Amino acid sequence: MQNRLSTYFYLRPKVVLALMLLPPLLWFLVIYIGSLLTMLINSFFYLDGFTGKVVREFTLRTYLKLLDPSNLQIFSRTTLMAVCVTLACVVIAFPLSYYMARFASARMKTILYMAVTVPLWSSYVVRVYSWKLILAQEGIISWFAKLIHLDGLLNWYLSLPGVGGTSLSLSTTGVFIVFVYIWLPYMIIPIQTALERVPKSLIEAAGDLGATPAQTFRTVLLPLAFPGVVAGSIFTFSLTLGDFIVPQLFGDSSFYIGKAVLTYMGTSGNIPLAAAFTMGPIVIMVVYLLIARKLGAFDAL
Amino acid sequence: MSDSAIQFKNVSRHFGDVKAVDDVSLEIKNGEFFSMLGPSGSGKTTCLRMIAGFDRPTTGQIFLYGQDVSHLPPYERSVNTVFQDYALFPHMTIEDNVGYGLMIKGVSKADRTKQVDEMLELVQLPGFGGRKPSQLSGGQRQRVALARALINHPKVLLLDEPLGALDLKLRQQMQVELKSIQQRVGITFIFVTHDQEEALTMSDRIAVFSQGKIEQVGTPAEVYEHPSSTFVAGFVGTSNLVSGEVAKRITGSEARFSIRPEKIHLGAADQTPEADMFFVNGKVRDVIYLGLYTRYLVELEGGGDLVVVEQNLKTTSMDVMKVKNQNVRLLWKKEHARTVGG
Repeated sequence: MQNRLSTYFYLRPKVVLALMLLPPLLWFLVIYIGSLLTMLINSFFYLDGFTGKVVREFTLRTYLKLLDPSNLQIFSRTTLMAVCVTLACVVIAFPLSYYMARFASARMKTILYMAVTVPLWSSYVVRVYSWKLILAQEGIISWFAKLIHLDGLLNWYLSLPGVGGTSLSLSTTGVFIVFVYIWLPYMIIPIQTALERVPKSLIEAAGDLGATPAQTFRTVLLPLAFPGVVAGSIFTFSLTLGDFIVPQLFGDSSFYIGKAVLTYMGTSGNIPLAAAFTMGPIVIMVVYLLIARKLGAFDAL
Repeated sequence: MSDSAIQFKNVSRHFGDVKAVDDVSLEIKNGEFFSMLGPSGSGKTTCLRMIAGFDRPTTGQIFLYGQDVSHLPPYERSVNTVFQDYALFPHMTIEDNVGYGLMIKGVSKADRTKQVDEMLELVQLPGFGGRKPSQLSGGQRQRVALARALINHPKVLLLDEPLGALDLKLRQQMQVELKSIQQRVGITFIFVTHDQEEALTMSDRIAVFSQGKIEQVGTPAEVYEHPSSTFVAGFVGTSNLVSGEVAKRITGSEARFSIRPEKIHLGAADQTPEADMFFVNGKVRDVIYLGLYTRYLVELEGGGDLVVVEQNLKTTSMDVMKVKNQNVRLLWKKEHARTVGG
């Protein structure tokens, strides 16, 4: 009986394929695409300001609301933050990934892998809160600054417009630091993987053909690691765009996209506007990926 | 310019306790096609990497045309390498790959294109400049790697088992082509291989490596016909090594000698030997028909065995199979037996 069943499936590979793909396809169509569609549809409805009820008829007025100066500012602020966080993550991740991929012994590599990924096992919220202790007015950083008599410098920095605030934890800089910390692993792993796939002989060949280490880096290593950088940046960029916890716990009261969506959803029940807001990051990400493709990030894939 | 292209002076390279290269001294002449032959782990590739600059000697010195380069980085040596895996840059076109060295030197784009075209012509890949390495076959990639190295007019070209990944036909074709390119450009070629046939085909001289040391340096004929050690006799071509009691019965002395399988004549059991011949009787244990030639394994009377190879000039597979289990007499000229040391 079992044998006949095996033979039946063996001779009909398409049936096997269909059975195998059914669960993920169902999940994908219903949950993923379904929720996206619901969101898209909702974004074309609008909230009646007088009754506070969602009016289910097609309109673009919700999208027009996104063009309010205050909303545009939320988009630009969030995008700028995402860009800065991504760049900082690249700068920090690259040397470490390079060391892991090229020089670290097998043992050291395991240790570093653990160091990078173990924090991901613990709760995100707890880790974010622990940064409260570090960045708060009476936190570790200000205590240490006082200890080495650099509190003057810290206070001067916090008095700067744009990046400053009453304390590190309540400044835009604080938001930035916590974002970089939270998303760094998502940058390290893809860059490390990309670098590891560059054969050592390519580096040697470049040197053999007269390239100094700096030239080798620019002409061979960086272009070949670029897909990894882009892969990592997709994570750091999109995660920063959508996050609502960090801007809520840190920084001044400035709104970021995620925080705005949460507020419109929860507090004011303006589901159409929240949905329209969410389309923002999606559009930004599409533009971002198009630019990345233009730069040749996916050529080597 | 000095006459020697490369000189090794008591060069050793240790990796921890392992002596990859152990006190090697060597001179490679200008314009020579020089092969480093040996099994894997014999130190030949490490020697090549030290010439290229990827590795540095633990002790000793390496001279490139009289200049001590032992501790110069690769980008300050005028040697270029053709890598075993070709190491073509996957993100660049063939044109950019070949022109890479010139680009680094700051040669103008127009000048570069011209030289690249000439080089692609030399390696018989004209018009391939716009493709990516992934669009080429193994043999074509190999030529690109060669062009990329030669375009810089290196003083010495290093080739690290470049034909290893090609199939037999292509390999034989490339052997001939490499040799003719070397003669045309007149650059010193240093060729690392574990394939003795390849080394014999192409080289002016061969260095046979074993366990980090050079066993013998000489022309292909010298290395093949006068192996200086048991190792060389066994590694270059196949050899019968005979010593002790068996040797004494044949030659009258216990000294170890080697005899090439193709030098032995398989005769009838009662064939009369000439005065300048050694002979020994035996029984054919095994016959392996290989098309071009047949290999016989002959068990000698009173112990030991010899491998004999005979060309199938007039014989067919049916003929050679009949010899199995027959009593035969093996005969060879005395001068073909070589006394070898350790």
